[in-house]
Amino acid sequence: MKKAIIILGILLITTPALTHQDSLTIVSRAPTGEDILERVDRNLVIDQATGVSTMIIHGRRGSRSITSRFWKKGDENTFVEYLSPAREKGKKMLKLGDKLWTYTPEPTDRIITIAGHLLRQSMMGSDLSYEDMMENESLIDLYQAQVEGSQEAEGRTCWLVNLTARVEDVAYHSRRIWVDMERWLPLREERYAKSGKLLKTTRITEVFRVDGRWYPKRMIFKDMLSKGEGTEYIIDDIDFDVEIPDHKLTKAALRG
Amino acid sequence: MLIAKLAFRNLMGAGIRTWLNVFVLSLAFVMIIWVQGFIQGMNKYAMQATIDYEAGGGQFWHKDYDPYDPLTFEDSHAPLSPALAELISRGAATPILVTSGAIFPEGRIQSVVLRGIDPEQQILQLPSAYLSKEDDDVTPALIGAQMAKQTKLRVGDEVTIRWRDVHGTFDANDVRIVQIMNVSAPSVDVGQIWLPLEGLREMLRTPQEASLVVLAEDVSDVPSGNHTWVHRDLNFLLKEITELVRMKSGSSNILYGLLLFMGLLAIFDTQVLAIWRRRKEIGTFMALGMERVKVIGLFTLEGAMHGFLALVVGAIYGIPVLALTFAKGLPMPAMQADFGIALPQSLYPSYGLRLLVGTTLLVLIAVTIVSFLPASKIARLKPTDALRGKTS
Repeated sequence: MKKAIIILGILLITTPALTHQDSLTIVSRAPTGEDILERVDRNLVIDQATGVSTMIIHGRRGSRSITSRFWKKGDENTFVEYLSPAREKGKKMLKLGDKLWTYTPEPTDRIITIAGHLLRQSMMGSDLSYEDMMENESLIDLYQAQVEGSQEAEGRTCWLVNLTARVEDVAYHSRRIWVDMERWLPLREERYAKSGKLLKTTRITEVFRVDGRWYPKRMIFKDMLSKGEGTEYIIDDIDFDVEIPDHKLTKAALRG
Repeated sequence: MLIAKLAFRNLMGAGIRTWLNVFVLSLAFVMIIWVQGFIQGMNKYAMQATIDYEAGGGQFWHKDYDPYDPLTFEDSHAPLSPALAELISRGAATPILVTSGAIFPEGRIQSVVLRGIDPEQQILQLPSAYLSKEDDDVTPALIGAQMAKQTKLRVGDEVTIRWRDVHGTFDANDVRIVQIMNVSAPSVDVGQIWLPLEGLREMLRTPQEASLVVLAEDVSDVPSGNHTWVHRDLNFLLKEITELVRMKSGSSNILYGLLLFMGLLAIFDTQVLAIWRRRKEIGTFMALGMERVKVIGLFTLEGAMHGFLALVVGAIYGIPVLALTFAKGLPMPAMQADFGIALPQSLYPSYGLRLLVGTTLLVLIAVTIVSFLPASKIARLKPTDALRGKTS
């Protein structure tokens, strides 16, 4: 009995110390910026995926929703087919590398090439550009990361990371991201101009676990220079375990 | 002479019918000169304004530059060739750098074209000197009156502009409107923001580069272009105006045609009626030995005299009207910027000698032909039938 009391006493005395030791270990083992980006990329960068998403554009004259099915392959190729509303139904969009084509069904039945400057234009009046929408490049290839500390975002404890472009041809010179310490998703993001002006913010307000990775379910994009209410982007359904046939990512598929 | 006297007497004898015909014809005559004068005045003004504000004495464009395709702007800039740099250094040319961007007046996004111009330039009549006013860190910017109206910006206002540098990286900053230009050329006003050239070069990270070079009007030694810089002369730069005016002129021809048709129809009608009613008179002339040609000539001259009288009547009321509009001009509606070419607030007509002589000849020849056509029937008329009152 005496032995048991002694052991219990030792445990009671050492437990806080161990706990404290543990928390110190966490801080001292704070991941590097690169570690964080790698883990974020692991969640966000898609090799192949297909799914359905809804974009809700909150404009001055009310909100409108656009639902589409997408097929993504690698960081350069995407195919999108709009499902609703009726006005947009049947429209398709194909991005191969830095070129993008949009297809409007009959009676127009036209394919329009969107390249260069137009890729940077707002997509369907949303807060997203075509470029933003199709973005699937790994952050670690584009940015140098510096961990600033930890902070709360969207009710979760996050690593606050400053990103600075390591290449010249990147849309945003710097970013600040709040990465969920457990799920490794950037729950909040601020994108800055070279001058330091805040251009865009992104919030991930809902996440879900699919095929072993955490993925954003609901995001809110906001162009900080304009007055709008922002654009919501909801992933209704996504499947990473697919093999997208090559013919799906061709111009011929636009009319198919 | 006898025929002329006779024709004039017959014409006067017809009384009100003659004067009605003459008035309608004079209306066509005066309207053609009046409207055509305005079209020529507009053409003249638009050309001069485009030269003054935009085209200069010609331009050199970067090979990829297309002012109507903003997609070309991001790639259409290059360092100046030595020949162009030399022209610029002696003040005979000025470089302009062009890129596309966006502004956010009152939180609304609007696509714009950002143009960098040397504040010291004297080649274009743009008040670019205002761009040298740099009170603080805020970049000065010039906009036109139409642009100011669209964006509700005023002098002293600050607005955020967003652009991409040469590598495609977003950048944004505030600019201050230092002056609102009253320029009549919409191409330098609508959707355009003028910034100091060096400032824009820094923003885009394109030092010493330009998208186009505007030449002074009096440059005689224009260098030849090369594979990067393509020479665009005034014929090329003003082609759009010439074509637009030609198109407007063409659509006015419908109006002229209608007016002239009304006048000519009245004369044709009068001639047909005169020949039918005066067939006994025609027969008497022929019976008395007057040659058919002279009878035809008499009737044709009667008709053609409508044209001469229309010129006189048109001159009586037309000259004061034309002189008044020449002196006072015609106020243009506020929507003039939508027209697509430079237009003044008041449009002044231009009545050239060619216009006056050309219109006079057109009216006289048309009236003569219309008068001759019914009169030519007389050639087939037998004097005996005519005396009996038959026409064929």
